[in-house]
Amino acid sequence: MAAVAVTAGSKVLNNVEAVRETLYEALKTDDRVIILGEDVGARGNVFLITKDFVNEFGAQRIIDTPIAEASIVGIAIGMAMEGLRPIAEIQFADFIYPAFNQIVGEAAKTRYRSNGEYTCPLVIRTPYGGGVRGALSHSVSIEALFYHVPGLKIVAPAFPADVKGLLNAAIDDPDPVLFLEHKKTYRLIKGEVPEGHYTIPIGKANVVKTGAQLTVVSYGLYVHWALEAARTLESEGVSVEVIDLRSIRPMDKTTILNSVEKTRKLLIIHEDNKFGGIGAEISAMVAENALFALDAPIRRLCGPDVPAMGYAEPLEHEFMSSPAQMADAMRELVKF
Amino acid sequence: MPQLGETVTEGTVAQWLKKVGDPVEKYEAFLEVSTDKVNAEVPSPVTGIIKEVLVKEGDTVPVGTAIAVIDEVGAASSTAPESAASPPATTAAMANSVQEDPVPGFNIPQLEPKGQGNGHARTENVVPSSYGAPGGLEPEADAVAQDALRKASPAVRKLAREHHIDIRTLRGTGSNGRVTADDVLTAARMGPAAAVGQAIAVGTNFAAAPPPTAAPAAQPASGTSTYADPIPGTLVPLTQARRIIAERMVESIRTAPHAWTMTSIDVTNVWKWRAREKDRFERETGYKLTLLPFFIRAVVESLAAFPLMNSKFTAEGIYVNKDVNIGIAIGLPATLVVPVIRGADKLSIKGLAIAAGELIDKARRGKLGADDLAGGTFTVNNNGANGSWASAPIINAGQAGIVTMETVEKKLLVRDDDSFAPRYAMNSCLSLDHRVVDGYVASGWLADLKKRLERMTPDGAL
Amino acid sequence: MAKTDTKAKSLDRRGLSDDQLRQMLRNMLLQRQLDNRGFQLNRQGKVPFALGSEGHEALQAGAAMAFARGKDILAPYYRDLGLALGVGLTPYEIMLSIFARAADHNGGRQFPNHYNSKSLGLMSFSSILAAHIPHAVGAAYSVVYRGETGRAVLVTCGDGTTSEGEWHESMNFASVHKLPLVMLVENNEWAISTPLDKQMAQPEIWKRAAGYGMPGKRFNGFDPIETYATVNEALERARSGGGPTLLEGMCYRFLAHSTDDNDMTYRTRDEVSEHRKNDPVPLFETALLEAGVVSEADIAMLKKEVLRETNEATDKAEAMPFPAPSDLYANLYEGAWQPWQ
Repeated sequence: MAAVAVTAGSKVLNNVEAVRETLYEALKTDDRVIILGEDVGARGNVFLITKDFVNEFGAQRIIDTPIAEASIVGIAIGMAMEGLRPIAEIQFADFIYPAFNQIVGEAAKTRYRSNGEYTCPLVIRTPYGGGVRGALSHSVSIEALFYHVPGLKIVAPAFPADVKGLLNAAIDDPDPVLFLEHKKTYRLIKGEVPEGHYTIPIGKANVVKTGAQLTVVSYGLYVHWALEAARTLESEGVSVEVIDLRSIRPMDKTTILNSVEKTRKLLIIHEDNKFGGIGAEISAMVAENALFALDAPIRRLCGPDVPAMGYAEPLEHEFMSSPAQMADAMRELVKF
Repeated sequence: MPQLGETVTEGTVAQWLKKVGDPVEKYEAFLEVSTDKVNAEVPSPVTGIIKEVLVKEGDTVPVGTAIAVIDEVGAASSTAPESAASPPATTAAMANSVQEDPVPGFNIPQLEPKGQGNGHARTENVVPSSYGAPGGLEPEADAVAQDALRKASPAVRKLAREHHIDIRTLRGTGSNGRVTADDVLTAARMGPAAAVGQAIAVGTNFAAAPPPTAAPAAQPASGTSTYADPIPGTLVPLTQARRIIAERMVESIRTAPHAWTMTSIDVTNVWKWRAREKDRFERETGYKLTLLPFFIRAVVESLAAFPLMNSKFTAEGIYVNKDVNIGIAIGLPATLVVPVIRGADKLSIKGLAIAAGELIDKARRGKLGADDLAGGTFTVNNNGANGSWASAPIINAGQAGIVTMETVEKKLLVRDDDSFAPRYAMNSCLSLDHRVVDGYVASGWLADLKKRLERMTPDGAL
Repeated sequence: MAKTDTKAKSLDRRGLSDDQLRQMLRNMLLQRQLDNRGFQLNRQGKVPFALGSEGHEALQAGAAMAFARGKDILAPYYRDLGLALGVGLTPYEIMLSIFARAADHNGGRQFPNHYNSKSLGLMSFSSILAAHIPHAVGAAYSVVYRGETGRAVLVTCGDGTTSEGEWHESMNFASVHKLPLVMLVENNEWAISTPLDKQMAQPEIWKRAAGYGMPGKRFNGFDPIETYATVNEALERARSGGGPTLLEGMCYRFLAHSTDDNDMTYRTRDEVSEHRKNDPVPLFETALLEAGVVSEADIAMLKKEVLRETNEATDKAEAMPFPAPSDLYANLYEGAWQPWQ
């Protein structure tokens, strides 16, 4: 469960409801907020996230754009430069590549190239990740392509309470934020979400399970499966600590290092391809800062280095890591 | 319940288009399902007759739940449960397992002690700093030792340096005999830091140079301080099991407000019954017959009458377990294990006795596996052998209560007609999670348990 | 001094006053002077890079005259020195960027000629062709969203940029939403070494407007008055809710693309000198002289002033400090953010 104190009231939402509710509240309270993307208006987004928003807020604020990802982001940048708070949606992360120029070359650099005279308070939301039989073009993870870029912020919450808190933080943020939503967790993951407006700071991870013998770092859907694997190990008497990164750029150094100092062993689990994935950066940081705490090599359990998971079930299954595989990896490292 | 969309996890039976007894053709629509994305008619997977409808109209169930049984025409007494339109096994499994939290339990396997004391005749030696030539090592031992040094992890090197331990002299408990950080720490605890500059007698693996003389600190000359054999003035190293027991206990106390109650039970009839059966039982099964299976039998019946006692507190609600898996706490020399009798409500007293006997035997031999320890929903703690009269046990985290059997005493009891009679009396104590049950339910349950035990007659079948 | 005689009346001034005509000439002269100064400094070894805009003076002076200072928004590209000057950027600010000084609007981070000024409504842009055009569209959208009538966005680019996908996506969106936008293509017939006929099959860019359902017009970009009238019409249309317009101003790039380009590798001196006959600066001087709007003395005075201004700006900017090495890390985000927090 997210470590968010339940205040006045709270209710149970799944991740897609959490996104929807947060967007709704933002539209209601801040006139500067605009949502633009493909099928966000009349259709209400292909996951129904913005269903009926256009009826309440009007087509001028909920814009059904042409099919043109580069300009969805580019036009949003222009809006942001002129003081609005646009939330651009890329319908599936797999479609984001045409917008790469605008995200990396423009949004990330607006404040920097103008030495602060112009800024880009932009949110780009997109569903990513697999496990829904989405095949090669509806299943990819993209964080590794973008987390390299100074000037961007990237978050990938796994729990509904974090979805709301981080989306609010992204909308409030004066700089461009890439908000990643794992599509398989949309309806699968339910959790308590506090009422009212709150933000969770970008750049803070969350220890979702404390433990003594191994640190597991993950994000997105795999946090939930890692938790399941960790619980299995607990019933075997093995104590595993699980950290939900929540934030990919910036990433939480302190939480990870504190944990590794305690457990001396680190397993990074992510769905994205292994080579050059964010596990590589975490490994380097830990090796740089906590080498003498390590009692075993750092291990990464990641997606295979193929472009994406295939449509056929055995191919998707092979690409993705199961809780049982995660448990095996945990056991192995604990035994080292 | 089929999965009608990529991210759909549950479905509602909107309308049954067929009823029990109706014939249905393969591919013919026989019910309508609605999810938050679509409404759909579901085609039948087989041709046959609707035998059973398992989910009512308007009810919502997770993907993969059985919703109907169709007797396939032509197949003899076939039960082809209409299960999901095969969602990926992982998906359905994920849906179920994430939504319904598996009970973590308070389950400590009896681990093979990793050379951390625990009664093993193992000696560590602590040789002051210097990674220089150890001097006097046998060539083979020397090679092994050098290898240990070379393969030492950064943590091991650092800890060894800090504690002035030569890792070449340690026996490793990690994979392939690797010296682990814990091994170094254990060795460090054997002698406090004041032992720097002092050599200890050599262990079994290496022939070492004679120790230099130095003022001895308060230090055992040889042997280890263990849980089974603790030496005053020393640290008993924590085994994995002990560390985890400590964590579990703290977690349980911290999360569940413990309340406590007790009762006294007249177990004379049960005692007599057991006496009648025990020889035959032992002969037939090889296991001892104690009061435990009788007690568990009554416990599961009481749990059936008071389902809240077989539940678990979660933030979303009190999860009432369907299964009744009774953990039996078994104390062993240095640790505590709680193996689980799964489906205890389905076993007879004899069945319970055999199951318990098997688990106890496994526990004593250190052969309990993960399956034996997982999934407990309620726990019974038999304190009888200890001679205790009352105890306040700590609940297994994730359960609603834990009940004890205290020692059986022969007592003079006053009956209703004011006559005296020597009877066998046994106290039973209940620790309960006050988030889940209040005194009313808890004492009701305990009273029910007492009644059932007192109602048992010595002439029943086991 | 204006003379009211028959010659003066023969100039079709399209509603512009004498002062405004003189202002345009001044702008053109200043642009040419500052342009040259960049190359001079480069040849002196003082700055590593210069990029000229000779040939665009009339186009940019005319467009600037139509631009509503303090109201409209400008989204230019890197060859718009004249436009930047015309909307209020000073020679000093221009020189700061040429010298890459800390006080430059961009802190010396961008190439020269990447103007921006929030107070003037001059949007920041990068060196990436067409990337700024969706930004202009977004800016126009925000104008409509805020109900700011009487306000328009003027976005410019070269002929080569119209091949970029983002140019098309921007035109498409602007036309769907009838945004207050004027897309002014400064067609100087060259995209570095690529002539028009290699860049597009239909050499008349203005004709694409039909494909977007918006009005389009081509005009003589060597004529500042015609430029003014055309751009003004389009801006007025935009400001009053009439939607976007595609304008194509024809001119010519007299110089190479930049100091890193040798244009003799892809065109001939003769071709360039042939086009030089249309050099708008001397042509407008002559036109105004003949119309009696200025005298020879006026022009000489103007050139002297412009040179003085340029020299002052040069000296003042050159004396300013470079950014400090530690300035590299500033203004990446609001507040200090490390990749590992």
